[in-house]
Amino acid sequence: MRALTWHGTHDVRVDNVPDPQVINPRDAILKITSTAICGSDLHLYDGAIPGALPGDVLGHEFMGEVVETGKGSTLKKGQRVVVPFTISCGGCFHCKIQQYSACENSNPAEKQDMSATLYGHPMAALFGYSHLTGGYSGGQAEYVRVPFSDVGPIVIPDHLEDDQVLFLSDILPTGWMGAENAEIQPDDTVAVWGCGPVGLFAVQSALVMGASKVIAIDHYPHRLELAKQLGAEVINFKTTNVREALMEMSGGIGVDAVIDAVGMESHGFAVDNMIDMVKQKVGMGADRASALKQAILAVRPGGRVSIPGVYGGMTDKFPLGALMEKGLKVNSGQTHVQKYTQPLLEKIEDGTLDTTFLISHRLPLEDAARGYKNFREQQNSWTKVILKPGMEKEGAG
Amino acid sequence: MKHKQEAGIAGGLVAVGLAVGTAAFGIFLGRRHSGGNDDAPQFARRSNQAEHALVGRSVTIRKPAAELYEYWRDFCNLPEFMENVEKIAKQGGPTGGAVWKVKAPGGGTIALKTEIAEEVENKRIAWRSVEGSDIEIMGEVRFSPAPGDRGTRVSLRIEYDAPGGAVGRSIAKAFLREPEVQARHDLKRFKMLMETGEIATSAHRRSETREAKQQENA
Ligand SMILES: NC(=O)c1ccc[n+]([C@@H]2O[C@H](COP(=O)([O-])OP(=O)(O)OC[C@H]3O[C@@H](n4cnc5c(N)ncnc54)[C@H](O)[C@@H]3O)[C@@H](O)[C@H]2O)c1
Ligand SMILES: [Zn+2]
Ligand SMILES: [Zn+2]
Repeated sequence: MRALTWHGTHDVRVDNVPDPQVINPRDAILKITSTAICGSDLHLYDGAIPGALPGDVLGHEFMGEVVETGKGSTLKKGQRVVVPFTISCGGCFHCKIQQYSACENSNPAEKQDMSATLYGHPMAALFGYSHLTGGYSGGQAEYVRVPFSDVGPIVIPDHLEDDQVLFLSDILPTGWMGAENAEIQPDDTVAVWGCGPVGLFAVQSALVMGASKVIAIDHYPHRLELAKQLGAEVINFKTTNVREALMEMSGGIGVDAVIDAVGMESHGFAVDNMIDMVKQKVGMGADRASALKQAILAVRPGGRVSIPGVYGGMTDKFPLGALMEKGLKVNSGQTHVQKYTQPLLEKIEDGTLDTTFLISHRLPLEDAARGYKNFREQQNSWTKVILKPGMEKEGAG
Repeated sequence: MKHKQEAGIAGGLVAVGLAVGTAAFGIFLGRRHSGGNDDAPQFARRSNQAEHALVGRSVTIRKPAAELYEYWRDFCNLPEFMENVEKIAKQGGPTGGAVWKVKAPGGGTIALKTEIAEEVENKRIAWRSVEGSDIEIMGEVRFSPAPGDRGTRVSLRIEYDAPGGAVGRSIAKAFLREPEVQARHDLKRFKMLMETGEIATSAHRRSETREAKQQENA
């Protein structure tokens, strides 16, 4: 089959790889119909996540048609399903309390040591996201093997298009959980750093949850425009002093909750961010946490800090004093996707959530490398890329 | 850490030689928590005070003790999740004799025969090597209730020794290669098997799985 494979920093290619097979009883094999490129894929693309190996098939946001099932799978051939990017067994302590992204049984035993050393505990497995999280082949491919297919995938009714439901796999629940983690109260002002897909869904979710005001921060005009259309007020951090603006826009109180939807590759030219950028380049593993640092300083005392943005290692000059002295509450984590798929599917069906407004490009799988390059370099206009394995390849553009 | 461990094994080999025997096993069971002034198990001590190399590990499994005990009690099941064990054949008899086929690098195997040293239904199984084994080993698995509905806490503890000399050292290195890591992985796989009915693998095709590779080596 054809699949997007990782070969090194800024080097991804569509290659021929062997078709996947059913291995464990609870497995299913999907024929992919739609798969997206996620902001998290850019961290891999930029070489910022350890444990990726040349030849790894990427992609953790995908859906497709069931073509084969193991004897323990509850899926049926021909069903259309969306698959959570977190691989979860459904039976361990963490799965039972719906902390699916902390599943104890999905990351193969022999792959758990690296994350156990880094984080004190092994990570659950994720699709297509390096060997730190299991080394599972991802879904930017024609076919994918889905473990624990009786727990994760959600069956999609025929009347919903791929484009409407694909993001149930990752960024929609991630934006939603990002907002939930901000513990929004009706009179709250909430600030969201990053107007990428995750930030935009966090904005939309925060408004649905009843925030009285949501302020979105980025430096790309088009992305800010999308946030505005959702009902947010916006700040362009290139031209505006963010902290001062937030104090003013919250009547001198400070925002009640902050959401970091940027993650470890924060843009910007603050001094500490430049130093971290150099360290990241020479492999010293500093996460560039400039947005998060700013968020911690901006939030009011006693406020909440929600971190859906991904971090992988250590960060320098972290404002720990502000965190403690202001008595902040921090919520974070890879999304517990399985917890949210059903309720969010209902919110898509009843029109509460719009999931297609951010899609800017639909490309054939063969064009995936171009998709990565542009999603990274043309962020203003390339807001979300969907890859379609079946689609005809167009001329270069 | 790894170097220290290997040095420890080698030192133990020269000093202790072959004879360990039943008496030592009694001592081994007796001093399970000895040698420290806190409540942690002995294998968690910074400097391991056992005469022989000692590894141990605990996991919590969301299943009743009886179910876990029953699976473990049938030694033929153990190769399902034990990395270096290719096969275990039961010999029967009152002492629960078993013959293990243990993988060594370079395609060889190590002889190991064990008998059950002690068992308490749904709580504990202990085994030890008997004559005709290349290594001396004493193992124990304990099952105790975890709080609330968290299931059962499973602790595995293995104390081992290998014959002296160059041959012994290579056997020790082969069988006991990173024993802590192995004990940890084995227990994790046991947990997976019990909680999910399968052992997680990120293999893409059947030919890349552990079983396939084991069959290749056989
Ligand atoms: N927690 C999870 O489970 C989960 C799931 C999916 C994605 N993520 C993470 O969420 C983050 C965002 O993902 P995305 O798909 O939206 O990525 P993206 O790269 O498209 O968006 C990031 C946005 O942040 C903006 N930005 C950069 N620096 C900024 C700064 N200092 N202040 C304000 N805005 C800034 C960028 O301009 C960009 O628009 C990534 O870190 C991704 O890995 C987490
Ligand atoms: Zn993602
Ligand atoms: Zn689980």
